[in-house]
Amino acid sequence: MTASVSSATSDARTGADGSSSDTEKVLARARDVVGATELDDTNLARYLHGLPGVDKVGADGRAAMLGTRSIKTTAKQWALDTIVSMIDLTTLEGADTPGKVRTLAAKARTPDPSDPSCPRPAAVCVYGDLVHVAKDALAGTGVKIAAVATAFPSGRASLDVRLADTREAVAQGADEIDMVIDRGAFLAGQYSKVFEDIVAVREACRADGAQAHLKVILETGELATYDNVRRASWLAMLAGADFIKTSTGKVQPAATLPVTILMLEAVRDFRELTGTQVGVKPAGGISSSKDAIKYLVAVNETLGEDWLNPDWFRFGASSLLNDVLMQRSKMRTGHYWGPDYVTVS
Amino acid sequence: MSFEYAPAPESRAVVDIASSYGLFIDGTFVEPEGGKTFKTVNPATEEVLADVAEAGEPDVDRAVAAARRAYDKVWSRMPGSERAKYLYRIARLLAERSREFAVLETLDNGKPIRESRDVDVPTAAAHFFYYAGWADKLEHAGFGPNPRPHGVAAQVIPWNFPLLMLAWKIAPALAAGNTVVLKPAETTPLSALLFADLLRQAELPPGVVNIVTGARETGSLLVNHPGVDKIAFTGSTPVGKRIAAEVAGSRKSLTLELGGKAANIVFDDAPIDQAVEGIVNGIYFNQGQVCCAGSRLLVQESIADELVDRLKRRLSTLRVGDPMDKNTDVGAINSAQQLERITTLSQAGEDEGATRWTAACELPEKGYWFAPTVFTDVHPAHRIAREEIFGPVLSVLTFRTPAEAVQKANNTPYGLSAGIWTEKGSRILWMADQLRAGVVWANTFNRFDPTSPFGGYKESGYGREGGRHGLAAYLAEGSAL
Repeated sequence: MTASVSSATSDARTGADGSSSDTEKVLARARDVVGATELDDTNLARYLHGLPGVDKVGADGRAAMLGTRSIKTTAKQWALDTIVSMIDLTTLEGADTPGKVRTLAAKARTPDPSDPSCPRPAAVCVYGDLVHVAKDALAGTGVKIAAVATAFPSGRASLDVRLADTREAVAQGADEIDMVIDRGAFLAGQYSKVFEDIVAVREACRADGAQAHLKVILETGELATYDNVRRASWLAMLAGADFIKTSTGKVQPAATLPVTILMLEAVRDFRELTGTQVGVKPAGGISSSKDAIKYLVAVNETLGEDWLNPDWFRFGASSLLNDVLMQRSKMRTGHYWGPDYVTVS
Repeated sequence: MSFEYAPAPESRAVVDIASSYGLFIDGTFVEPEGGKTFKTVNPATEEVLADVAEAGEPDVDRAVAAARRAYDKVWSRMPGSERAKYLYRIARLLAERSREFAVLETLDNGKPIRESRDVDVPTAAAHFFYYAGWADKLEHAGFGPNPRPHGVAAQVIPWNFPLLMLAWKIAPALAAGNTVVLKPAETTPLSALLFADLLRQAELPPGVVNIVTGARETGSLLVNHPGVDKIAFTGSTPVGKRIAAEVAGSRKSLTLELGGKAANIVFDDAPIDQAVEGIVNGIYFNQGQVCCAGSRLLVQESIADELVDRLKRRLSTLRVGDPMDKNTDVGAINSAQQLERITTLSQAGEDEGATRWTAACELPEKGYWFAPTVFTDVHPAHRIAREEIFGPVLSVLTFRTPAEAVQKANNTPYGLSAGIWTEKGSRILWMADQLRAGVVWANTFNRFDPTSPFGGYKESGYGREGGRHGLAAYLAEGSAL
């Protein structure tokens, strides 16, 4: 199993010069980092397995320690506003309708009707076929449209199908594509397959002059070990991910603090090595302000301010926004809202 | 955008500090006979917290006599299952009043509230819970069918973990059926005195635990008292040697837990992010004022530069300052005297040619402070590689082979603890076998658990505290009747 990337991705090329030279850059960088001319399973494994290991007890302990930070008053105000601005407000249900997406978009447009100073979330995240609905509803707001693609959430479809899925979402105007990796291939050691998939999807995101950002979902809940999370993070970054994202939200466990910290360390080390900055998005299971603040603390103390904005850190969440709005209002007015004051979406 | 943490101070109001404290003898607070007192200060602010009685000879006599009475009349006659009830009660009360103890410990010692709240106080309670379980099972502890307590135990503890060291000493002593006279350190007497209040609340019979405060003189009176059967000391190696000399030839049994100069050994295959955390925890936890601190970092040459860079980056995020702030990582040095020692030894490091690096941080104007410091280019002949600094100062040495790592790690008169960082299990086992250290941590550092024995080799002392082994110090081997 040593298929090289260049041959696998040649099918995916759409002819636009921009995307193919972009791919060449990504591949050249990956060859450079890995130190091999062929990005095959053997060479990728040699590199990924040579990354320093992760000690689970220590990693969990670090996360627990960061979780004890006490964020109060002005720091909390800043954190809550920042969290709102980092949310990818998400609906990913089989039962999603255009009406449901428009409701969500309206929520993104005006998160808190009683407070016009409330920032808007970073993006609305929907299935590909509903991108045009969200796009219409959010025109002029600056809120990005993210679409899950590549046979989300399992990813179990042929590359052609997954690429078609991606192209359709991009064609409808998605600003960001959240793809899933082939966890089966990853766990089987077929690193070049995972790598090539990501390269191909990135190409689809940038085809025909499009500039959709690519978020690569590792589905860490299925990767079983922290070592695998670190390896998958590096594999995705080498293949050109703009963001690495923990989870689809459809598998338990979804985002956890230790796993997110591992990914933060990976993007930190990747930038140090290559100069390229990659974003991080924990998704799924973060529903309270208290939890979200712990993630923000982790970003602050692992990466610092370079990553403390929505271009580089996102929360994938559906119910988090309302809890943050309640806490914001509590800080502003001194008392909690009843649930009837929070708009449903 | 930068994320500045607003001050998050713990409330000082949760604990009442009296303006003066007497001695806790025979279940009540009494004035010292000579009327002498000393002051205890908050090392973070230099504010005087309280006047504390200084026990002289007649006071130590009274305390030992009270302990003897309680031993003869009550404690030695009480079934183990009844002693256990008291220990469980003490443990529960400690857990219930944990916030009070944590705040007091931080005020008197200077350690961050996060540490006293999350480590010192819960671990102290855990020791009482653990030894409570042994009290009625001593005949199954491996010391013969009928092990006997020694009688009156004299216990002298240090200032670095005042309450936790008290728990390490008192819990096994009481479980084994001894009574206690304990002397807390001169600079940190308050948590022991609050503990005395807790003992009254627990209705522990009078005289079972007595607390005499004072300085070195009081400690010397206590260990040399003829009415004492057993001595347990935790503190510096010079004082430990003196006690051993003083006790020589007497019937007293002695355990010593003394200094250390632990090697924290990082191999090139270590889990590097966790190793960095372990190094930080090893030497900057409790401002490095830990006998088992990982004060010598031995790092394999092939990763030395990278590891030191990562370490410095991490140290730049340490939050140094007000110990009462819940987000503080590194607090104040316990006393002016200790600060002086750290300063002197660090200067010696520079003078001997090591390269000094200090994390950029603003230190408060009042109080005793020392910024986290790393020395690179350290060689085994340097004082900072040999002497216990007992402060937030790390000496980095390098090695090439596992054998050299062992040789350098063991090249010290101390032998309290060591750390090994590698992903290779067989190497961990081989190293642990070679290292002359009482505690060897693998891929972690400074983890304490009441079930695990702790103690030293060589000049780090003898005897073990914690676990089943910790009972041995407080029991004489019994024989079948």
